[in-house]
Amino acid sequence: MSNGQEPIVSCRGLRKWFPVSAGFFSQLMGGEVWLKAVDGVDLDIYPEELYCLAGESGCGKTTTGKLLIGLLEPTDGIVEFEGHDLNEISRGGLRTLRARMQTIFQDPYSSLNPRLSLYDTVSEPLRLNKIATSGEDEEARVIRALEAVQLVPPEEFTFRYPHELSGGQRQRVAIARAIVVNPAFIVADEPVSMLDVSIRSEILNLLENIRREFHIAYIYVTHDLSVASYIGDKIAIMYLGKIMEKGTIKEVIHNAVHPYSQALISAVPSPDPTVDRKRKILPGEPGSPINTPPGCLFAPRCEYAQDKCRQDEPPLEEVSPGHWVSCWFPREPLQISYDLAHELKAKAKT
Amino acid sequence: MSLKIEDLKVYYCMRRGDCRAVEDVTFEIEKGDAVGLVGESGCGKSTVAFAILRMLPSPGEIMGGHIYFEGEDIATMDDDAIREFRWTQIAMVFQGAMNALNPILRVSDQITEAMLKHNRELSKDEAIEKTRELFKLVGMDPDRINHYPFEFSGGMKQRAMIVMALACDPKFLIADEPTTALDVTVQAQIMQLLRRLSDELGITLMLITHDLSVVAETCRNVIIMYAGKIVETGAVVEIFQKPWHPYAQGLIASIPSIERSRDQTLASIPGSPPNLLDPPQGCRFHPRCKFARDLCIKEDPVLLEVSPGHKAACHLATGKIKDSKWRPGKEVALL
Repeated sequence: MSNGQEPIVSCRGLRKWFPVSAGFFSQLMGGEVWLKAVDGVDLDIYPEELYCLAGESGCGKTTTGKLLIGLLEPTDGIVEFEGHDLNEISRGGLRTLRARMQTIFQDPYSSLNPRLSLYDTVSEPLRLNKIATSGEDEEARVIRALEAVQLVPPEEFTFRYPHELSGGQRQRVAIARAIVVNPAFIVADEPVSMLDVSIRSEILNLLENIRREFHIAYIYVTHDLSVASYIGDKIAIMYLGKIMEKGTIKEVIHNAVHPYSQALISAVPSPDPTVDRKRKILPGEPGSPINTPPGCLFAPRCEYAQDKCRQDEPPLEEVSPGHWVSCWFPREPLQISYDLAHELKAKAKT
Repeated sequence: MSLKIEDLKVYYCMRRGDCRAVEDVTFEIEKGDAVGLVGESGCGKSTVAFAILRMLPSPGEIMGGHIYFEGEDIATMDDDAIREFRWTQIAMVFQGAMNALNPILRVSDQITEAMLKHNRELSKDEAIEKTRELFKLVGMDPDRINHYPFEFSGGMKQRAMIVMALACDPKFLIADEPTTALDVTVQAQIMQLLRRLSDELGITLMLITHDLSVVAETCRNVIIMYAGKIVETGAVVEIFQKPWHPYAQGLIASIPSIERSRDQTLASIPGSPPNLLDPPQGCRFHPRCKFARDLCIKEDPVLLEVSPGHKAACHLATGKIKDSKWRPGKEVALL
């Protein structure tokens, strides 16, 4: 994917710390308490690439998505979009750039304004960014976007309102609104998790087609690794604001070496009842991102943790080209492949 | 036979008309079995569960049919009898554990309340002792029984809900979407716990979910519902490998999996489920079915056995109509 191209979006040392209202005692001590939602994230997203951010709730994946698109201001670190530093750029400049990056939110039932017709919803970004040259041009662009998301015939949909649509159709409208301005980069935050199973795959396939047709790079925020492995090119697994493992789907999902990624992957249920994945059930739940312990953040839940892990934080290192891991003692790769899984195992399930 | 449901009909009668949420549902669950009841939202799966416990929210009503539990018909029991029966025989773990606990009561008070209501001979101390035992059983520290729900994490709340369901030693446990809103790692813990309870205590488990992967991992048998009706039922191993009903085929071929080769596209089912105030004539799936014929609009297919223990409600499966493209198996959905 990266064949000599420059990344379209990249970030270095990205941090977002939220101040937490401290208790009486800590106020007395004058110490400030921070919730480290994102703590030192480096990412490079290349054109037309689909980069997944995955992890448990509270790992900072959504916050990272918002930072990359300039919806939140980072506490520290640099975000570059097509070579422009989002922090350095003027307000007006940011506005022009914003038209090149869009978002799709999780819940299509609340992300659409119920009082706007579909035409108004989809054409709004065109008007805000002053993209359309004339009324006809605007109309043509809206129609094209609706066609691209397969709301056909588009004339039949333009004057409908969100309440007249099903969940899947609403999410299509949200996608149409995102692509109408011809963006180069879209942050999609769990776009299918609110949809029914039979509709979900339709939207996933649609996102994939749009990526190829309009040459869009995505950040795809998800907690569902099976969706990530279906749609993604690369993935970063986050834990309490830090990246534990990143690389191609093939490396990270099918040959994970970080104990956390391995645990996360082995917890994913398989839709094939004949698959008997050697399950490692991770005990406990993620700790708090407030007052994180020294050393590796995952150490308290890691069955392989040693003294070193509790003292020193492991750096994110490249273990093979493009495969980065933050662990002092990476494991043997957990191999999950199509063939392996389908070695049918006679199971006492019948 | 533990639970046997015959021709169950549940309607929500509203001014706009009757919402026919569950229509002619018939199935049996053997003692000690683990059965998954799956379908999309609005297919009637939770309504079936509420009907079994006779806890249908208004205006829901059982309009017909029988629910036999160990020979007794729950559908016609009077209110006193049902109060005795509920929780001591069949208990339920509710959807959305996060909000199901009362935030201003200690967890132990909420659990012992259920025990004391249903067993008058039990003393408060005995109830607390039992709660501690159950906390150990579900893998929690017994000393936490006196905490408030806000001191519990999501997974712990769900475990507390399971303790509450187990409070009166039920024989049958209904778990309604027990892991939605929980992380995968916690989901794996809770599912492992439910499996263990069903094995160790011999509890019959009915798992209601929209997540077919969870069913594939946890259950022995599966019932697939669509728009208030059962479309296919049988052993998990058989149905997941060779679904007969076009809806089941589409559903199973649409689940992404980390073991799936990336070159295989996911199937999808066009359209969306019907409005049950005015369900389609004939087979309720026909407007979304690519094999639909005139007969499907005219005649509602009955659930018939296609191989031992495996039933499907489709004219193709019963051979009433023929289509050269259709055959059992999920690959059909990708044609």
